[in-house]
Formats: sequence, C-alpha cells, structure tokens
Amino acid sequence: MAVTTTATGTAPARTAPAPPRRARGALVHWVAVHSLGVAAALFFVLPFVFLFLTSVMDDRQALTRDLWPHTWQWGNYSRVWHTPGFLTWWRNTLLYAGVGTLLTVVSSVPVAYALAKFRFRGRRLSLLLVIAMMMLPPQVVVIPMYLFWAGQLDLSGTLWPLIIPMAFGDAFSVFLLRQFLLTIPDEYLDAARVDGCGELRTLLRVVLPMARPGIAAVALFQFFYAWNDYFGPQIYASDNPAAWTLSYGLESFKGAHHTNWNLTMAATVLVMAPVIVLFFFAQKAFVEGVTLTGVKG
Amino acid sequence: MSPWLIGFALFFAYPLLSTVYFSFTKYDGFRPPVPSGLHNWTYLFTDYPLFWPAMRNTLWLVVVMVGCRVVFGLGTGLLITKIKTAPGLFRTLFYLPYLAPPVAATLAFVFLLNPGTGPAGVLLEGVGLHSPGWFTDADWSKPALTVLAVWGVGDLMVIFMAALLDVPKEQYEAAELDGAGAWARFRHITLPNISPIILFAVVTGVIQAMQYYTQPLVAGKVAAGVIGGSGEQFEPGYPDKSTLTLPQVVYNLGFQRFDYGAACAAALVLFALSMAFTALLMRRRGGLIGSGD
Repeated sequence: MAVTTTATGTAPARTAPAPPRRARGALVHWVAVHSLGVAAALFFVLPFVFLFLTSVMDDRQALTRDLWPHTWQWGNYSRVWHTPGFLTWWRNTLLYAGVGTLLTVVSSVPVAYALAKFRFRGRRLSLLLVIAMMMLPPQVVVIPMYLFWAGQLDLSGTLWPLIIPMAFGDAFSVFLLRQFLLTIPDEYLDAARVDGCGELRTLLRVVLPMARPGIAAVALFQFFYAWNDYFGPQIYASDNPAAWTLSYGLESFKGAHHTNWNLTMAATVLVMAPVIVLFFFAQKAFVEGVTLTGVKG
Repeated sequence: MSPWLIGFALFFAYPLLSTVYFSFTKYDGFRPPVPSGLHNWTYLFTDYPLFWPAMRNTLWLVVVMVGCRVVFGLGTGLLITKIKTAPGLFRTLFYLPYLAPPVAATLAFVFLLNPGTGPAGVLLEGVGLHSPGWFTDADWSKPALTVLAVWGVGDLMVIFMAALLDVPKEQYEAAELDGAGAWARFRHITLPNISPIILFAVVTGVIQAMQYYTQPLVAGKVAAGVIGGSGEQFEPGYPDKSTLTLPQVVYNLGFQRFDYGAACAAALVLFALSMAFTALLMRRRGGLIGSGD
C-alpha cells in the first residue's frame, strides 16, 4: 500500500504529466519499492545471519554482546554432531519423515482420486469429513489415542504411533491432492477407459504422471510436517531418549548446554539446513502446493 | 476409499467419541473411568488456574497475531508484485523463514531477543531504543511470539501474491483512465477481488492460533531455563502464564496431572472453537470445496 501511494504522490495520474516527469516518477517508484524490499529482506534474513555468526563463536564470546566472531570456531559443528544422541535423533527423524511420507502418498492418492473423479453416494459427505478431519486439532483426540497406542498396544517410547496412522490416508494430503486432480480434464480418463484401461491402470498410467506436481507438493508438506513435529514425539517418545527426533531433542539440547548459545545455535543450524536445502531443490513444487491450499480452492 | 474409512473410524470417530465420554468421567488412566457428571467442566471453568489465562492469551493471539500476519502477508505479497529487479531472489528471501522448523526458529528468537546478549538488543540500542525483556517479561512475551509469527509469513505472502496476480489487469486500466489514485484502486479493485483470500487467511490463521503449541511452549521453557527431557516439571506459560495456550492446558491436565477427564473437557473446548471457525470458512466460502460439486 505504502508503495503505491508513494508513486502517485510524485506523479498524480489525474494531471497527465509530461514525459520527463513521468520518468522521474517511475524512478522514485522503483527506488521506493526496492528500498522497502531491502528493508523487508533484512528483517527476514538477519535472524539467519546472527544465528550463523553465533554458531561459530567460541564459548566465551557467545556470552558477550559481540555480533561478529573473533575467531571462527568451525569445530562447534563437529562438537554438536558428536554430542551423544544427536545422530540417533537424525536417524529417528529420517525414519519418521521418510516412512511417514511414503505411507501418506501411497494411501492418500487413491482416496483423492476417488473424491475428485468418481460420482458415488455420500461423496459430498466424505469430502466434508475429510475437511473436518483436516481441521481437527491433534490435542482433541490425543488422550484416547495415547491410551490406545501406549496402553493397549504398548508402543510408547517409539515413533510407530505417529507413523502407522499415515498408512490410512492423511486428511490434509487427501484434500490437497483432490484439489490438484480436479484440474486434470476428465477427457483424458475417458480416453484411457475407451482404450480398455481398467481403473487401476488408468490411475497408474494416466493420472499419476499428470499429478506429479501435486504429489510432490504433498510429499514435501508431509516430510516437513514430520520433520517439524514436536507435539507427537513429546507425547509418545519423550520418556525414551533413544526415540527422540531432532525437533524434540533440540530443545533438550539447549537444556543440557544451557550456557552454550554457540553450540545451541550450531545445532539449530543443523536442524534447519536440510529443510532449506530441500526447498532449493523443490522450490516450484513447494510454492505450487502453498498456492493450491489458498487460492485454487 | 476403504483404507481411509478405517483410518477415519480409528483415528477420528472413535477417539472423538471417547473424548466426549471421558470428559464426563473421573479417569486417571490406571483405574477404569468413573462417571462424574459435569464435575470436569465446572472444575475447568471455575477452579483450574490455567484455563482462563489460556483463553485470554488465545483471544490476544487471535486479534493481534493473526491480524499482524494477515497485514504483513498482504503487504509483502503486494511488495513482491511490484519488485521488478531480482523478484525471484526477494521472494525466496521473504519465504525462507516460513521453512524454519518451529523449535529451531523459537530457540533462535529466544536467543536473538535475549536482553543480555541478543543481537536484537544490540541493534535496538544502536538506534537509541531500549530493548524490553521479550520472552522473560509477561507484557512482552506475546508480542515477541508475534514477531516470530510475522517473520514466518512466507506462506501467506505466496498465497496473496498468487491472488493479486489473478486480479484482471483491465480493471486497473479502466480505473486509471477514470482517474482513480493508487489508494482508490487498492480499495475498490484489489480488496474486493482478493477478499475471499483475506477471509481464508483470517480463518485459517484463527484455527492455527487455537492450536498454537510448539512455539509458546518452547519459548516458555527455554526462556525459563528449564532442563529439557522427560517428565520435567516447569512453570506452565512462563513468564506468569503469559504464553499458555489451550493445547498446553490439555497437555498439562492429561500428561502432567493425569487428570484425563478434565483434559478431555479442555480438548472439547478446543474442538468446539476450531469447528465453529471451520464452519464459518466453509459457509462463507463454498469455494473451499471447489468445483465439481
């Protein structure tokens, strides 16, 4: 808003300004927009910069108000890496995020396909239930679920109570995939059926290749969800440090090294890094997915 | 559909009904539940000291945090559509914080805003401002969480950006010919065109605020200097209950006090609030269900 008002303040459209004035107005507009852009970029980027600078300070300097490291202690990263438990947390997080993502995609695609492309009784109701499930806060059902997994199946202290449900279709993924599949024209499916493809073949050979961007977005979202999940591991894995994930372990890491902000920030960088690297490889799918949740509805 | 139906029954219908049942019983997880009428509900609303602070904090977050996120999301979305030099770079920089894992981002912000050694304090004092206690001051802990939430506004930015690019160009051109200024164009063309997206952002933001858990909990624990790990006791909502939210109430009642009955009652309050907003979202914007119906 501020940007556009600045522009017209200099060159009101009403007076039909002479060409040189318009050119000057455009320049002012360009400068205003880009300085605002740089200011915003600083707000978004500086925390990362300070985070990183602190992560390579020595133990004593991290307790001072200095912003720039005297000596670059790259060894902080290997100290964190070799902290007991850190590698285990990595393994657990990869297991949770990797297996969970795979199960989610395999189980959600057929459901989304049915909701998007088949007309059956109760379709609208099913869709409403998916949306209700998607909006359900995990805390609402956590107590019966905990009593079921930990009490009856004795799986507390593991991540299985978090992974196994993903084999039954995740509501958010079903919804997102359905929105994506709606954009695939029915004619392609009809053509495949005329050519004698069964439903399964149509799904595997025609729908899946066309839905690849949607599937990529869902897989990424699910991977990030599991990577970032704190509540789930806190409920099911907190009494067994061998089952902690990075998100849960990172906080306790701060507790154990309560004066070492440099090590804590190095650990924080190590937890953020994979997510950001993955984003750079899959930027397009990710942004498409975010857009799909909000706009194409 | 059928595996999903099993999942629906196992992970939604059955536990939800159990939660309703447990909320009317006295239940500690060891002995079988004993019916106790409305006892959990009256306890929650009148005697349990954390419930109303959590509700007040939620209201604060719904108004201020959601409001700030929507305004900043729309602002950065607009800004990005105007940036002509290296727009991709700016967009990526604005978007990156959204990807930071919540625990990591919260830890980083507790450090950055730490009044003693945090860089934010150094910067603020550099321009002559006094840095407040942020996460250790009950008046500032929610504003600090709001700064953290605004930092991660990248998702809304992308959604608003896409919506803004979809506004028909002809409408702007026509308005410009009619002599409408920038504010008039924003007010009469941009806003009406993107109002469904604003509603979407507000309602999903409110639902997120209801479920706000990881950031306030981690901020409170780390700022209080709690040693992490299993079964630890800590002052909920440090400092002075200012970072308590409803999900923390459920956790505190259920997994720290083993009062599953009262925890289920609190969970149902959360459920009722979230579903009320979901209903609003679906009623006001049939588009969520989309074409084909």
